Amino acid sequence: MLDGRGSINRRVGARLWLSGGWLLIVCLASAFAPMIAPQDPLAQDLMSGQLPPFWVHGTEPGFWLGTDSLGRDVLSRIIWGGRIALQVALIAGTLTALVGSTLGLVAGFYRGWADRIISRLVDIWMAFPPVLFSILLVAVLGTGLRSIIIAIVVIDWTRFARVIRAEAMNQGAMDYVAAAQVAGFSRQRTMLTEILPNVLPTIVALLSLEMGIAIIVEAILSFVNLSISTDAPTWGGMIAEGRTTIYQAWWVLVFPLIALFLTVLSFSQFGEGLKDRFDPVLR
Amino acid sequence: MDLLARFLIRLFSTAITLFGVAVIVFTVVRVVPGNPIAMMLPPGATPADIVRLKALYGLDKSIPQQFVIWFWGVLHGDFGTSISLRQPVLGLVLGRLPATLELATMALVMAILIGGASALTAVRFRGTQIETGIDVANGAALSIPDFLWGLLLIIFFGVLIPLFSISGRISPDLQLNFETQFYLIESIVRLRFDVTANLLAHMFMPALALALPLAAIIGQLLKQSLKETMELDYVTLARTKGYSETRVILREALRNAILPTLTLTGVQFTFLIGGTVIVERLFSYEGLGNMAIDAVVNRDLPLIQGIVICFAVIFTAVNLVVDLTYAALNPRLRHA
Amino acid sequence: MTALLEIENLSVALKNGPRLLRSVSLRLDRGEVRGLVGESGAGKSMIGKAVLGILPRSAEVVEGRILLEGTDILTLPPAERRRRIGRIAALIPQDPLTALNPSHRIGPQITDRLVDILGWKREKAEARALELLAEVNISAPARVMRNYPHELSGGMRQRILIASAFAAEPALIIADEPTTALDVTVQKQILKIIAGMQARHGTALLFVTHDLGVVSKVCQSLSVLYAGKVLEDTQVADFFRAPGHAYSAALLAATPKYTDPEGSLMPVGPEVLAAVQAEVDAADREWRHV
Ligand SMILES: Nc1ncnc2c1ncn2[C@@H]1O[C@H](COP(=O)(O)OP(=O)(O)OP(=O)(O)O)[C@@H](O)[C@H]1O
Ligand SMILES: [Mg+2]
Repeated sequence: MLDGRGSINRRVGARLWLSGGWLLIVCLASAFAPMIAPQDPLAQDLMSGQLPPFWVHGTEPGFWLGTDSLGRDVLSRIIWGGRIALQVALIAGTLTALVGSTLGLVAGFYRGWADRIISRLVDIWMAFPPVLFSILLVAVLGTGLRSIIIAIVVIDWTRFARVIRAEAMNQGAMDYVAAAQVAGFSRQRTMLTEILPNVLPTIVALLSLEMGIAIIVEAILSFVNLSISTDAPTWGGMIAEGRTTIYQAWWVLVFPLIALFLTVLSFSQFGEGLKDRFDPVLR
Repeated sequence: MDLLARFLIRLFSTAITLFGVAVIVFTVVRVVPGNPIAMMLPPGATPADIVRLKALYGLDKSIPQQFVIWFWGVLHGDFGTSISLRQPVLGLVLGRLPATLELATMALVMAILIGGASALTAVRFRGTQIETGIDVANGAALSIPDFLWGLLLIIFFGVLIPLFSISGRISPDLQLNFETQFYLIESIVRLRFDVTANLLAHMFMPALALALPLAAIIGQLLKQSLKETMELDYVTLARTKGYSETRVILREALRNAILPTLTLTGVQFTFLIGGTVIVERLFSYEGLGNMAIDAVVNRDLPLIQGIVICFAVIFTAVNLVVDLTYAALNPRLRHA
Repeated sequence: MTALLEIENLSVALKNGPRLLRSVSLRLDRGEVRGLVGESGAGKSMIGKAVLGILPRSAEVVEGRILLEGTDILTLPPAERRRRIGRIAALIPQDPLTALNPSHRIGPQITDRLVDILGWKREKAEARALELLAEVNISAPARVMRNYPHELSGGMRQRILIASAFAAEPALIIADEPTTALDVTVQKQILKIIAGMQARHGTALLFVTHDLGVVSKVCQSLSVLYAGKVLEDTQVADFFRAPGHAYSAALLAATPKYTDPEGSLMPVGPEVLAAVQAEVDAADREWRHV
C-alpha cells in the first residue's frame, strides 16, 4: 500500500518537474527574447534562404537552427513566437477560466432558470465545430492578438462551465453547505466561501490544460493565416510555411513543431500533475 | 420511461439546440464589420453595382428579416446560393459531406480498434509492465491534439519513411468517374480495389491523427471499467466454470463494461468530427472542413451558414443515436 | 481411496503481509457434506476461493497443497488449472443479486459451460437446464430461461445459481453462505433445495456457514476455523456431543437453540478468545522460524 503510494508520488513529482521546467524555459526565453534571440526574427535575406541547422553541411554561423525560405532565422522566430504563444496562453486561458467557471458555478449552485439557460447555451455550443467557430470569429473580428483571445474565450468557456457546474452541484449537495445555510450565510457568500475553494483545484488543473489548448488554437489560426499578422513570428505560421517546404527544408517545420509539441504537452502534464497533487482523495 | 417518449423528448431538445445554432451563426457573420459584397467586387465597381448585388443576396434587408427569409428557406431545403462558388449551398455541402463522413468514420473505427485493443490487452495483462506501458502511451496520446498528431505523422510517414500520401483524397491520375461522392464505398462496390487502396493510403494519416486522442480516451475509460467489472461476483463465478481469462474478459465483462465508454465515445466522436476541419486542411483532403475554411476566408456567408448547420445536425444526430443506443443496450433501461 | 479434496498445510497471505489462512488442512471424501464454521473474517470464504482458484489479486498461496482428485492444482499451469477446477468443482455464491451477469439471459448462463467447455449439443444442454430448474422448484423453467436476472427475485436467482452449480454434475460444490443474503422466509426453502439436490446427485459439499443449527441438519463433518486456523476437525455427531476445543465449546454454548436454523452465533467469552489468540500467535511464531 505504502509502496504504491510512494511510486505514484514519485511519478507525479517527475511529471511536475519536467513539464514545469520546460514551461519555465519558455517563459524566460520569451521574457528575454530581445536579448537571447541571435537574429532579428523579421530580417529577411533572400541570399541565405533555407540554410540548414548547425550540424548539417552548408550551414552558416549564427543561424543555429537554419533559416526559412526568406532567409529568416528559425531559432529567433521560435523564441519570439514563444512570446506570442505565452501571451495567448496566459491571457486567453485566464479569461476563459474566469468566464467559464463563473457561469458553471452560477449554474451548478443556483440551479433553476440560470442553470437552464446556461446549460442550453452549452448544448448549443457543443453543436458547433470549435475550430471552424474560432476561425469564423477571427475572420469576422479581424486578425490580431485581441481577436484571437476573444475567439478562444468564446469557443472554450464551455469546457470550464461543464466541469465546474457538475462539481458545484456535487459540493452543493454536501452537508457543510447546508450547515453554512443554516448558519445564516447568504447564498452568494456560501458560494464564494464554501463552494469556490473546493472547486479551485479543478479550475487550476483545467486552466493549465486550457493554456495548452489556447496555444494550439493560436497555432491553428496562424496555420490558416488568420493570426496576428502575416509576417509576425508565430509557431503556427512557421509550421504552415514549413509544411509547404517540407521536402526541401524540413527544419522550418520540425523545430517550431517541437517547441509547440513540448509546450502543449507540458501544459497538459503540468495540469494533470497539479490535479494529482491537490486531489484530496489521492493525497 | 419508455424508449419512444425518451426519443421524442430528445428530438425536441435537439430541435431547440439546432435553432440556437442557426441564430448564432447567422448573427455572428452579420453583426461584425467586413462586407462580403466588397470582397467579391472588382475594383472600380460603382455604388449602384453594390446595391444591386446586395439586393441579389438579400443583404439589403434588416438582419431579422434576412434571418426569417433564410430560415424559411432552410426549412424547405434551400440554404441559399454560395457567393464565391455561385452554386446552391445544399448541393455544395452534400457534395463534400461524403468525403468528411468517410474520413470521420474511418477515424472512429481506428479509434475503437486501437482503444479497444489497448484496453483489452491492458486488462488481460493487468499488474504487469505491459499495463504500465499502455497507460503511459494513452496519457501521451491524450494530451496531444489531432492537429499536432497530423503534423507528427506527416514528418514520420510522409518524410522520414514516405509510406503514405500526405495530401489529397485520391491520386489525380486515378480518377474513376465516380457516380457518388462516397469514393471509398463506391470503389469497393465496383470491385476496384486498386482505387480502394489508393483512397486508404490517402486517408490513413488524417484518420489516424483524428483517431489517436479518441483511442486514448476509449482505452483509458474502457480499461478502468473493465477492471472494475472483472472484480464483480458474476465474473468471479464465471472464472470457476473453467473459462479462459480471455473468454471471461470478452464474454462476461466486456458487454457490461462498455456502456460508460459508449456514452463518452459519442460525445468525443463529435469532437473528432469537429477536428476534421483543421486536419482536412492539413492534409489538403477535399472534405467539408476544407471547404469551410475557404468559405470563411472568402466571407461566403450562405456557405458558412450551411456548413455550420450541417456540422450541428451531425453532432446532435450523433448524440441522439448514442443516447438511444445506450437505452437499447442496457437491459435494465430497456425493460423498465 | 484418495480423497476428493485434500487440503494440506495451506497458508494464504496478503502479498508481503499477514497470513489469512494458517496451515489449513481439510479433507473431503466423495459425497461427504462438511460444514465450515467460524466468525466473520475467519477465512472461510478464503478457503473456498483458494480451492476454486479465485483468490483476490492481493493474496497468494505461500505454502501447502490443494489436491483435487489426487492432483495438486497449485502446480498446474493456470489455464490447465482452471479447466480442471471447472470440471470437478462448482460454487454456489453468497449473494444471488450480484452473481448473475446482468446482460445475459438466464438460459445461456446455465448452458454455456456445458456447450463451450464440455462440448454438449445446445439442445441437450437446454433440456438439461430445464430439468435442473424444475428440480429446484422453479415452476415455469422455459420462461425463466429467457428472463434477464433483474426480472427475477433473489430467491429465484439463488435457485438458478444452485441449478447452474449442479449442471455439469461436479464432484464437489462449495456453497459459501448460500442463504445469508436472502429473506428469512426464503432461507429455509433454499436450504432444503440444496440438501435435496446434494442427496440426489451424491455431490460432495463444502458448506460455509455461521450457523451451527444448519450444520447439525445438513452436514456430516465439520471444521471450525478461527483467524485462518483450523481449531477442530470432527464429525458433527461428536461435535455436538463433546466439542474438542474450548473455542468450539464456547461457540456451541453461545448458540442456545442450535436446532433452530434461524439462530446465529453469539459472542464468545474474552478468556476463551485470549486463549485461542495465543494459540494462533504461537503457530505464527513457529511458522516464521521454519
Ligand atoms: N480482497 C481481499 N484483500 C485483502 N484481504 C482480504 C480480502 N478478502 C478478504 N480479506 C481478509 O481475509 C480474511 C478472511 O476473509 P474471508 O472473506 O475468508 O472471511 P469469512 O470467514 O468468509 O468471513 P464472512 O463470514 O464475513 O464471509 C479477513 O480478515 C479479510 O479481511
Ligand atoms: Mg465469507
